[in-house]
Amino acid sequence: MDDETRALIDALVADARESPADLARQTGLSAEEVEARLADLEESGVLRGYSAVVDWDRTDETGVEAVLEVNVELDRETAYDDVARRIAESPLVDTMRLVSGDYDFEVYVRAGSMGAVSRFVSEEVAPLPAVTSTVTHFAMETYKERGVLFDDGDDDDRLSVTP
Amino acid sequence: MSDETGSEAADRSDGTAPPDPADSVEGSDQSDPAEASDPTGEGETTAGDRFTAADRVARVPPSGIRAFFEVAEAHDDVVSLGVGEPDFSAPWPARSAAVASLERGRTSYTANRGTAELRRAIAGRVERYGHAYDPDEEVLVTTGASEAVDLAFRAFVDPGDTVALPTPTYVSYEPGVTFAGGDPLAVPTYHEDDWALTPEALAEAGADEAEMLVLCYPNNPTGATMSADELDAVAAFCVDNDLLVVSDEIYAALTYDGDHESVATRPGMRERTVVINGFSKAYAMTGLRLGYALAPPGAIEAMTTVHQYGMLSAPTTAQHAAVAAIERCDDEVARMRREYDRRRRYLTARLRELGLAVAEPSGAFYAFPRVTDVAPDGDDEAFATDLLDEVGVAAVPGSAFGSGGAGHLRLSYATGMGELKEATRRLERYLDGR
Repeated sequence: MDDETRALIDALVADARESPADLARQTGLSAEEVEARLADLEESGVLRGYSAVVDWDRTDETGVEAVLEVNVELDRETAYDDVARRIAESPLVDTMRLVSGDYDFEVYVRAGSMGAVSRFVSEEVAPLPAVTSTVTHFAMETYKERGVLFDDGDDDDRLSVTP
Repeated sequence: MSDETGSEAADRSDGTAPPDPADSVEGSDQSDPAEASDPTGEGETTAGDRFTAADRVARVPPSGIRAFFEVAEAHDDVVSLGVGEPDFSAPWPARSAAVASLERGRTSYTANRGTAELRRAIAGRVERYGHAYDPDEEVLVTTGASEAVDLAFRAFVDPGDTVALPTPTYVSYEPGVTFAGGDPLAVPTYHEDDWALTPEALAEAGADEAEMLVLCYPNNPTGATMSADELDAVAAFCVDNDLLVVSDEIYAALTYDGDHESVATRPGMRERTVVINGFSKAYAMTGLRLGYALAPPGAIEAMTTVHQYGMLSAPTTAQHAAVAAIERCDDEVARMRREYDRRRRYLTARLRELGLAVAEPSGAFYAFPRVTDVAPDGDDEAFATDLLDEVGVAAVPGSAFGSGGAGHLRLSYATGMGELKEATRRLERYLDGR
């Protein structure tokens, strides 16, 4: 990846709402080049989407988040991808990864209630033939999400003018 | 270098005022009656104060930055592009190593020159700049790069020696030379040369007769770096005229176009150069106060003589952090550098859109636009004050960095992209409203 493309991606990770003009200023590319590169990155699947980091606890929406550990047993006809695709399809699943360690899949779920999460696990995940066990962890507090700290922000204690 | 700045100079020159590094950096301040200690205090002695500052201290004028800092602090809703230190915190592994060293009770002095482990790590790290220094004999760990600068002056400048200082440049060199009894000689650099130092300017200023030359590239306040060719030319001048060189390379890790070049790697230069660097800028560790000097054995020995009586050793906790910084923080340094680079491009682009001339800032975290065309009477101090009063943007007037900076403004991009956008919006509003 060249430096401009890396800078383009860094800028979007920091703030996906950057305008093409500001992306151009930050990368040294022209606005047209920015648009063209974004189109390429989207087409090739590097840029998969642009979404907001939301602290739902500060809204009046109710909802819960949970992390599922899922263990599976594969057979000749079933690969990790097959199981994963089936689970990831659910709109409740926010993030899903195959991980190393004590379990196979780590699944981040967000739903309207604990009951909804429980039903998802018991009706959508556990019954799958490959799934051998699940553990559900309900999130109690979010401190940081995708690089964004959930605090009150500004703690810049530097002097405003220094040499 | 800069940077190192504020805080250390404050510690050094005025132990009473940790919260206002901005002022003491440039020496004393005669104008603040609230200040209990008034080193220069001519005629202003308060009751019970029989001190009169030594001549070489009294000779250092009050700081323009201090005055400006006080004005800025008095305003609400200020967006500051006036800060000379990173807005990041030190990388986690470095902080964690500091904490772990405290938990293990490592709170005693270290060897005068710094721990052997850290000196080895430093010697290994600077190989990337083409340096080869023996960690036992050619590396000295100091309390900030500022201490190293001060040591170099005190170790090698005799009363009456001339020290050539490019202008504009970081604010501590001139007072440091004066405190050591030397005579500063200003050598102008020019916007038109992208602020690079040239042999012509050196010759014209009479630097061929000087004993020492101080270089600071990447430069505070201009953000300039020296190309390989430009460095070659300056190095040849130094060899031809037998100058010692103090090369403050504190911003070496923050270069954006190509790799950092050190003057000490030029033919005939290693034996006459003290290279100074540190952890403040690259690792966002300004408050940990840790720098170092690299020089031939005799030079390090002389500097160590001053250091061992004046400082004993650099802060132990910071030395533990520094080892971790070198060994485990490359990724984070690279991430910070990429972010500075984006801000640099953004700020430069915006300034040019607003019609301000700015030399390409290729290092450090400053841009240095010319404001003579838009400033009241072409005066950068008036412009900076006006900008603060009218739209609440703080930036340091270029003349605070020496006569060569007149007519320019130092804008620091060691601040978040959001603040940069807001500051440039306000600058635009100010320029439109004129």
